[in-house]
Amino acid sequence: MPAIDVQHLTRRFGKFVAVDDVSFRVGEGEIFGFLGANGAGKSTTIRMLCGLLRPTSGTALVGGVDVSRDAEGVKRRIGYMSQRFSLYESLTVEENIRFFAGLYGLSEERYAERRRFALEMAGLEGRETMITRQLSGGWRQRLALGCAILHEPPILFLDEPTGGVDPISRRQFWRLIDQLAGEGVTILVTTHYLDEAERCGRVAIMHAGRLIGIGTVAEVKQVFADRPIVEVRVDQPVAAMQALDAMPEVEKTSLFGTAVHAVLKTPRAADVPVADRLRAAGLQVQSLVTVPPSLEDVFLDMIEKAGAR
Amino acid sequence: MRKAIAVARKELRQIARDKVTLFMLLFIPAFLLVLYGYALNFDVRHVTLAVQDRDATAESRAVVSAFVNSGYFDFTARVGGEGEIESLMDRNAVRAALVIPEGFGRRLRQAHSPTVQVIIDGDNANIANTVVGYATRILGSVSGPTVSAASTVAPPLSLETRIWYNSELRSALFLVPGLIAYIAMITAVVSTALSIVREKENGTMEQIRMAPLGPAAYVVGKSIPYFLLSLAGELLIVLVSMALFDLPMRGSWGALILVISLFLFGALGTGLFVSTVAETQQVAFQMSLLLAYLPTLMLSGFIFPISSMPQVLQIITYVVPARYFLVALRGIVLKGSALATLGVPMGAMVIYAVIVLGLASVRFARQHG
Repeated sequence: MPAIDVQHLTRRFGKFVAVDDVSFRVGEGEIFGFLGANGAGKSTTIRMLCGLLRPTSGTALVGGVDVSRDAEGVKRRIGYMSQRFSLYESLTVEENIRFFAGLYGLSEERYAERRRFALEMAGLEGRETMITRQLSGGWRQRLALGCAILHEPPILFLDEPTGGVDPISRRQFWRLIDQLAGEGVTILVTTHYLDEAERCGRVAIMHAGRLIGIGTVAEVKQVFADRPIVEVRVDQPVAAMQALDAMPEVEKTSLFGTAVHAVLKTPRAADVPVADRLRAAGLQVQSLVTVPPSLEDVFLDMIEKAGAR
Repeated sequence: MRKAIAVARKELRQIARDKVTLFMLLFIPAFLLVLYGYALNFDVRHVTLAVQDRDATAESRAVVSAFVNSGYFDFTARVGGEGEIESLMDRNAVRAALVIPEGFGRRLRQAHSPTVQVIIDGDNANIANTVVGYATRILGSVSGPTVSAASTVAPPLSLETRIWYNSELRSALFLVPGLIAYIAMITAVVSTALSIVREKENGTMEQIRMAPLGPAAYVVGKSIPYFLLSLAGELLIVLVSMALFDLPMRGSWGALILVISLFLFGALGTGLFVSTVAETQQVAFQMSLLLAYLPTLMLSGFIFPISSMPQVLQIITYVVPARYFLVALRGIVLKGSALATLGVPMGAMVIYAVIVLGLASVRFARQHG
């Protein structure tokens, strides 16, 4: 039985369709990445999966429980943490843990045990009496995660959990996520950072309420299977983009830092003498290599196609 | 219930650490009481008085000296004609004038009810009203003995006014119960509304909604601390009033606590209702003021007597809970009324609390998903 089973899930707000006929399954212990621009429908989907919002139509089973029938049952089986790390900033570390333990009705013995676990996981041992406001972003983030899993939920929703946190803390955080998944916790995470999405077992890409791509990272990258991407480094990137766009074999170009990425329409990059033509156009080519598509390439490509449809 | 207690304990800790809220709940009420208690004083003393005694008999002099000796009036000028009174009043040299017509003493001796004229500057209606009250009482007190001394026949029918419970008509005694209602409304409504809306703003509400916590447990847990603190604040005000304003506490403390509690349920419900409508603390604050503070100040009978309001406003006062609270509170504190005699105001407060708590719960549960 999948941990999360979503079939034809739809949510309308008046005439606006926020989530439009979305179906997917997430297996136990999987890290499932949910990608999409702001307003793509990610948050609305998560709110439905957490039992906060009733679906207009379709079904969603979370931990085997139907979200529209037993929202409370769903809430008991999930943990939730958002980018805002919803802790009480005027309370101490310990008081926050105690409050969330109370919300989930933990017994005293279980509280003592889980409190130790949360403190250790967040690296906050010996800092129990610190006011949460004084903690750095990374600590707050790990404490919020600890509070969200005090009741040991089998399914964890992370809504942009790493916003506003430094790269080292982000890496630490992902190590914790991997660890939890290793213990069998199913994790559904939304993120803006596409490098983070690469760490997910599978990803789903949402656009305008619809699911426009789903699969393992390698699978979704297959959209570029017969469209190689060449990365060109030249002295004048903007002029190079114009020159590349003029070539019939080039589908599109985009700027990646100081380099230019060109997507070719032919399966074999070697067939197109890109470098020669650029030199002929009077540009100094420093390097030209074929690169594997990044998730960012995939994301932008899918959104472009979905928008064109 | 255990979850509600977890919420209440968290809230108390937050309040304890949030000095501004704590200050607002406990000390601002006492501060407001002292401020309003001393500043809002409708007692009128030292009314400047002009006297025109056209009779100049022993009887008329008795009336004049009764006015002057009453302590309320300061004898300022003796005048000869009407025109003088007018010019004195125009210059604000006097606020009142006493005119005793010729033949006053003779009419009194003949037991014909004589009349005197009291002219009062009406530019401040409150003061004018009070002065009318003083003058009436003084005339009542002089006419009795004068009449009986002047004649052997039975004195003419005279109106005898006796004021109970607050015989000196000190406005502090009348105002303090109003202040208690007003302050309860501010602290209970504003603090409850702000504390919930603050959770919306900070995003902690979202986290709580994700937890298996029923709306009822949240609302109860959230209300307990504010209820206890507001009750403590109210009792503190009563004690301060007893110490500073000689407020008598003639009724039972149990009855007082019960009545205050009923009122606080309604106030907390109002705060909850506001929190289901407002999304920001600023809006919540303004709504609280509009819903709670203004009606309590204007339409409860706190400052302006309900009986002298226009008909439309009088009808509106029936839905202002402070109106009933004031009746019950004045009854208990000033008259020592038993609870049994306060059935109507208490019933009205219960109805208000049930309606507003019900409305708030329905809205809250719907938003809670």
